[in-house]
Amino acid sequence: MSILFDRWLPAVVLAPSVAASLLFVYIFVFLNGYLSFTSSRLLPRYEFVGLDRYRELFDNDVWWESVANLFWFAAPFIVISTIVGLTLAILLDQRIRAEGALRAIYLYPLALSQVVAGTAWQWLMNPSLGLSHVAEQLGWRGASFDWLSDPSRAIFCVVIAAVWQCTGFVAALFLAGLRGVDEEIVKAAQVDGASKPLIYRRIVLPTIRPVFFSVMLILTHLAIKTFDLVVAMTAGGPGTSTILPTIFMYTYAFERGRMGIGAASAMMMLAMVVAILVPLMYLESRATRNAA
Amino acid sequence: MPREVTIGRVAIYATLIVFALIFLTPIYVTIVTSFKSLEELRRGDLLALPARFEYAAWIKAWSTACTGVRCDGLQPFFFNSVKMVIPAVLLSSLLGSINGYVLAQWRFPGADIVFTGLLVGFFIPFQAILLPAAQFLGFFGIANTIGGLILIHVVYGIAFTTMLFRNFYVNIPVELVKAARVDGAGLFMIYRRIFLPLSLPIFMVCIIWQFTQIWNDFLFGVVFSGPAARPVTVGLNNLVNTSEGVKEFNVDMAAALITALPTLLVYILGGRYFVRGLMAGAVKG
Repeated sequence: MSILFDRWLPAVVLAPSVAASLLFVYIFVFLNGYLSFTSSRLLPRYEFVGLDRYRELFDNDVWWESVANLFWFAAPFIVISTIVGLTLAILLDQRIRAEGALRAIYLYPLALSQVVAGTAWQWLMNPSLGLSHVAEQLGWRGASFDWLSDPSRAIFCVVIAAVWQCTGFVAALFLAGLRGVDEEIVKAAQVDGASKPLIYRRIVLPTIRPVFFSVMLILTHLAIKTFDLVVAMTAGGPGTSTILPTIFMYTYAFERGRMGIGAASAMMMLAMVVAILVPLMYLESRATRNAA
Repeated sequence: MPREVTIGRVAIYATLIVFALIFLTPIYVTIVTSFKSLEELRRGDLLALPARFEYAAWIKAWSTACTGVRCDGLQPFFFNSVKMVIPAVLLSSLLGSINGYVLAQWRFPGADIVFTGLLVGFFIPFQAILLPAAQFLGFFGIANTIGGLILIHVVYGIAFTTMLFRNFYVNIPVELVKAARVDGAGLFMIYRRIFLPLSLPIFMVCIIWQFTQIWNDFLFGVVFSGPAARPVTVGLNNLVNTSEGVKEFNVDMAAALITALPTLLVYILGGRYFVRGLMAGAVKG
């Protein structure tokens, strides 16, 4: 009897979680998709209107601005975090004293809420009293750092805060990768008289290629998801200069009573994630298999 | 073996220390600002230590600062977060542990499909479920309540916690389960007597990571919580971005530190486990 019981029990134990994720993930995404084809405004209305909401979305300049901002935020954020993170990881890999303490310092920003980070950086970037004031005191006249109130530059303030928050994590990932590299091969190259930069370029970095994919995957995902940091730091402003798709969706769906457009913008975000993450995941699994 | 002092080594240390200082500057500035008076902020130097340590900003941030219409500081929001985070963390960790155990040790046809299916919840942008989730919570009368937030955090935490525990249990030899079954032990007894005692370290990882995630959440908090259930991150944002009156940066910074204190404490005490949770999430995150 117990054998029969044991055969069904695993399924029974998993059932609540499977049911919850079926409803909260799959059915909710489907419902959201359906809402994007309806005339819903403040309240959901299930009248099917075809692609009208998508037409409205694509005619909306603010939406395209949020997509452009996402690019101007994501590209520098990903590139800078990767380069600085990799540099720190390589330096930490040189048998450094107090490595643990340094790593802890680089990583702590990630333990903070993005709202906290946004609040702190809003103060640091304050045009009259923040870092620009410090630069002026140091005698750097005309260093006026008023990017936060400059619509063409405010997005880069968000980039700086995001890089500060994530670089330590990127460094930790790369460091873990570097520690996994076979030391015998490195030693053999050293015996052959290869210089350190050459060893890194030719041997170490190619072997940690899977880590690059992981880093890209995580940073892209983080960039598309970024919401709180911008809300706390700039609230999307000045004007709409730092609005991102996440903020667009929130504003239209929950503040302006344009549920249909909000739902359509959410579907576009889902499409972005799928379009970027699926190929990256495919490349990653191929790289991992080749490395193994 | 003492390493020789070369220009290269000095440059490496110098670079690492400069970056450490850059990374520490925001928290340093936040702390010193929270202990300064407004006058000192206006004439003073961003990086200087406070001329006199003032606690007024902390007291105001905790108990009297205005967040929109109400003026009782962060305190009520802070306790909302406490009430939300404890059950949400415990429930999501426990569910993840049982799921992970079953998926790793009680293999059945289709187990991998179920696992992959659960993981999808980890990748979707939450914007794609916000609207139906809000309607769902409203329909069951738990919109704008702490209970509703707990439910949301538990459900969307399952993907990560299940993955974490599955990856941990998968390394434990299945022979253990087989032997215990020969002795007549069932699924739950094997879990309670053998696997639960083994999983203390991974529970630490899971609890610390989930605590950080749920405490720091803002999106679910701002969408699903009514005035009475707002978590501290939403309280902080309301406090900082209330546009009335003079901007009191010292109060803002004290409020930011109050919000950050629990996760900073967890990071300082359990940093090791925090990093491991991070790595586990990153492998397939």
